[in-house]
Amino acid sequence: MKLTLKIWRQKNSNDKGKIETYPVDNVSEHMSFLEMLDVLNEGLVAKGDIPVAFDHDCREGICGMCSMYINGEAHGPDRGVTTCQLHMRKFNDGDTIYIEPFRAKGFPIIKDLVVDRSAFDRIQHAGGFVSVNTSGNTQDANAIPIPKDDADNAFDAATCIGCGACVATCKNASAMLYVSAKVSQFSLLPQGKVEAKRRVLNMVDQMDKEGFGNCTNTGACEVECPKGISLENIARMNREYLKASI
Amino acid sequence: MSKQGLLSSSIARKVSMALSAFFLMFFLLQHFAINITSVFSGDTFNELSQFMGTNFVIQYVMQPILILGVVFHFVMGFILEIKNRGARDVQYAKNNGSANSSWMSRNMIYSGLAILAFIVLHFIDFWIPELNTKFVQGDMSGLIDPANAESGLRYFEELQHKFVHPARVGAYCLAFVFLALHLMHGFNSAFQSMGANNKYTKGLKNFGTAYAILIPAGFIFIALFHHFNH
Repeated sequence: MKLTLKIWRQKNSNDKGKIETYPVDNVSEHMSFLEMLDVLNEGLVAKGDIPVAFDHDCREGICGMCSMYINGEAHGPDRGVTTCQLHMRKFNDGDTIYIEPFRAKGFPIIKDLVVDRSAFDRIQHAGGFVSVNTSGNTQDANAIPIPKDDADNAFDAATCIGCGACVATCKNASAMLYVSAKVSQFSLLPQGKVEAKRRVLNMVDQMDKEGFGNCTNTGACEVECPKGISLENIARMNREYLKASI
Repeated sequence: MSKQGLLSSSIARKVSMALSAFFLMFFLLQHFAINITSVFSGDTFNELSQFMGTNFVIQYVMQPILILGVVFHFVMGFILEIKNRGARDVQYAKNNGSANSSWMSRNMIYSGLAILAFIVLHFIDFWIPELNTKFVQGDMSGLIDPANAESGLRYFEELQHKFVHPARVGAYCLAFVFLALHLMHGFNSAFQSMGANNKYTKGLKNFGTAYAILIPAGFIFIALFHHFNH
């Protein structure tokens, strides 16, 4: 396949940045999108140019590191996958592909396609945990009966890998799907209920401080989420927040 | 209590938006129920309009609450739009919004602005003349000729008169199309904002779509009916 790539290049966080065009040849349809970028970078390095910086780690769709906005969609045109699992067979010979970083005020660009998603870490630190007294008397979690639906929903929420596709794709750059998944995975379980009020208040407070937008329920986040995190989590977080506030 | 205070957090803002939306959707239903009587009986429409226009609770309690609800919904809508635009300072060179969300959900501000423009026209057409008649001229009789008790109530005649000009009828019909688009997302969005997403959501979505189509279509029917039957 022969492709034309239009890639966002930005030297650092202070640089203005712009779209630059790169032709790539001999792209196999079996390559992953990141492998295609590896080929591009090898060519750039061979020519003495600076390679395109992009985030990646496990390349198995688990870590949530890859973060590109491809042809107007977070993680590209495929559904239920991260960029590392997007394959070139989803594109056609001769295509022009736009590759941009996840854009949000809460995700400042570090370089090229690499963004700083530590805002998610700070939200998690604000309450996304269960405080356990590990004095030796802690009850075995398996000894506590949990309704199957609650266990399943908590597990589904916990599959969020924190990649930030929800923020990137939301027209308001809202982080509500991420935060609601983190709130839900704990609040549905007895161990998490103890701190449920404090957790939701603190995490939403931190989310707002980070500069993310307000959710307007477009549902784009749910569609683009590589792990299929449901909007039900946002509704649950809204309920929890109201209960905790009043 | 939230650290930010109940009205300044992002969730509180969307909940307040949803509550005002519920109130306005209920008002719209009530407005439609009264207006549709004008198709069947001018006398019934006159009697209902006279009751609404002279009842103390409706005039001095419900009407101010309604005005407040309308103003709040628009002001909060603008605040949310400004804040949301600020949350992404550099826009995407290519964004395929239609791949993951409906046009209605992405353009609530534009359908809302069209509705705002309609409300201004509607106020100029009906509400401001009504205030002038009642509170400036002091005519609370509701009669066509205040000096003649036999002249009959004026509301149905005024309604028919407003729908004579095709441009105004066209503007009303267009505004109701935008209202339908606004409601198609807004109805279900309000429930989601209030935390209602459960086994009834699918049914509620269907009901919301029906409401979003039938109520504005009904208003369009009323406008066209009076235009062609004047």
